[in-house]
Amino acid sequence: MDIFVCIKQVPDTETKVVPTKDGNFIETSSIKWIMNPYDEFAVEQALLVKAANPSATVTVLRVGSLQSSEALRTALAMGADEAVLVEAQDNLDSYMTAKALKIAIEKTGKKPALILSGKQAIDSDALQVPQLLAQMLDMPSVSVIVGFEMSGEQIVVKREIEGGALEVYELTTPCVLSCNKGLNSPRYASLPGIMKAKKKPLTQHKLADLGVTDADRKVVYSAFKLPPEKAAGKVFDASDESVQANVAKQVVGLLRTEAKVL
Amino acid sequence: MINFALSDEQNEIKETAMKFARNEMMPKAQLHDQTGEFPKSIISKAWELGLINTCIPSEHGGVGFSHLDATIITECLAYGCMGMNTSIMSNDLALLPIVIAGTHEQKEKFLRPFTENYNIASFCLTEPSNGSDAGGIKTLIKEDGDHYVINGQKMWITNAGFANLFVLYGTMDPSKKHSGICAIIIEPDRAGIEIGKPEKKMGHRCSDTRAITFKNVRVPKSNLLGKPGEGWKIAMKTLDHSRPLIASSALGGSQCAYDHSVRYSKERIQFDTPIANHQAIQFMLAEMAMKIESGRLLIQKAAWLLDQGLPNTQCASMAKAYASDSCMQITTDAVQIFGGYGYSPEYPVEKLMRDAKLLQIYEGTSQIQRLIIAREILR
Repeated sequence: MDIFVCIKQVPDTETKVVPTKDGNFIETSSIKWIMNPYDEFAVEQALLVKAANPSATVTVLRVGSLQSSEALRTALAMGADEAVLVEAQDNLDSYMTAKALKIAIEKTGKKPALILSGKQAIDSDALQVPQLLAQMLDMPSVSVIVGFEMSGEQIVVKREIEGGALEVYELTTPCVLSCNKGLNSPRYASLPGIMKAKKKPLTQHKLADLGVTDADRKVVYSAFKLPPEKAAGKVFDASDESVQANVAKQVVGLLRTEAKVL
Repeated sequence: MINFALSDEQNEIKETAMKFARNEMMPKAQLHDQTGEFPKSIISKAWELGLINTCIPSEHGGVGFSHLDATIITECLAYGCMGMNTSIMSNDLALLPIVIAGTHEQKEKFLRPFTENYNIASFCLTEPSNGSDAGGIKTLIKEDGDHYVINGQKMWITNAGFANLFVLYGTMDPSKKHSGICAIIIEPDRAGIEIGKPEKKMGHRCSDTRAITFKNVRVPKSNLLGKPGEGWKIAMKTLDHSRPLIASSALGGSQCAYDHSVRYSKERIQFDTPIANHQAIQFMLAEMAMKIESGRLLIQKAAWLLDQGLPNTQCASMAKAYASDSCMQITTDAVQIFGGYGYSPEYPVEKLMRDAKLLQIYEGTSQIQRLIIAREILR
């Protein structure tokens, strides 16, 4: 059984994001990259399936810039068998990414039984790639899963919906699943795992070699801006009981005329 | 010729070690400091990840880290908790004499089990009346047929209450001073070993520290490391290896205190502005950053020299003295920056200040390091 995990490398959550001068993207030169946290649940789930099916293989894929291949190396150190990197700029849209992943999966010559990914990447928050990929591969797909059980080709997954209720789906392989927090507890990359990772195969493709071009772009980023700085709040002194009614009136007035929320 | 970049693997190792320090050690550090409970489950988890026993070579089941790798790991673990790190590092200190002077059989017999299960080892050098004057140790090792018989008392032994193995320094003839000293491996289940109660300490409270008494403890001759009288040489070589690690522990503590200080000084408002805008605070932060940066360079050089097979005694002592003295200063200033809150255990920096003090004392005081440096200069 061949399992694929699609991962993304994203800026560390503590990164101070700065738009580029032309406003077309963010400055990436000084960013510390990490594996998208939701993708860690996908890698862990793949490794759990592999542990129960010793003949299974786990291939991790990533589309993105070469700058550092931190996320793929982390996945290999956690226990994935091989990695595929599609070298591309970091500003692809979801469609281009999904198309690149589809072709990269096909290029391995393997028949995917299970394709896993995080439910969303914490940088672009698009929540589209797994669904697009499933559509392109003509596979069933369930997103935002928090439960997973597999026996043979049968898979039962749970998906959290509003109010904390769970939807339960039964599906058969092959399928695409996107994973949410709560599905499992991702393991640490162990130190022996890190030392072994450098000997594992890493295949590299260029985006153009996979036939993905700018003509595939559906979304053009036109401007990246920081949110406007929040102005300081107004403080009203109402400690004296006698002025409280007056202060309340003043506040309501300002909410009407200035903030325009009433 | 000069390259300050860590390798991809070293960055990954740092990542895992730091993640472990932040997620597993830091949240429990305060609690273990208060209760003094030995953090066995945390250290055992660190063992599973390969974060401890970094000195065991790959041919005996270890991961096969360089000395530089080991300093990176130690810095991260000390960032998580200096006390827990002492108990972790104590294994390396005790196993290093076996790595350095053990025969192939001794290494297989005594090191390999540490790679197969989480085992604990203790290094027994200091005695109630011999600390800095380690050459004057009094514990006697006497020949008796195919055994040695050991009599004496050891003091401030880290992990003593949990140890699966002791590596002890004793003398076959006190009148011979340094050339009478021997290093020997002792299994804790041998008759005649009495382990004392846990000592109360200013810091590193969760690391287990006890006295041990050896009364006619019989150990087979095959447990002796090197030849009779080679113990001092083995101990000195061990310290060349371990001092960069102690220095890294101090560095980890310093980095932690510094990070807390930078964060807090941006949050704390006095005179209508974050205290980070006051020059008095800025000077302290800048001083901390200088000491951390220069200490790290000294440590990396001391480890690099070892990795190159070059003598590192002077550099290792410089790293140890500088990093631990810096740690004391940096943690003291961190408490100063936190002001009244810094003096309270509700905030993390007072523990760091208490923990820092030990680093200037164990494995050669800051004064002994200066003696070693001077001896190397004037040789």
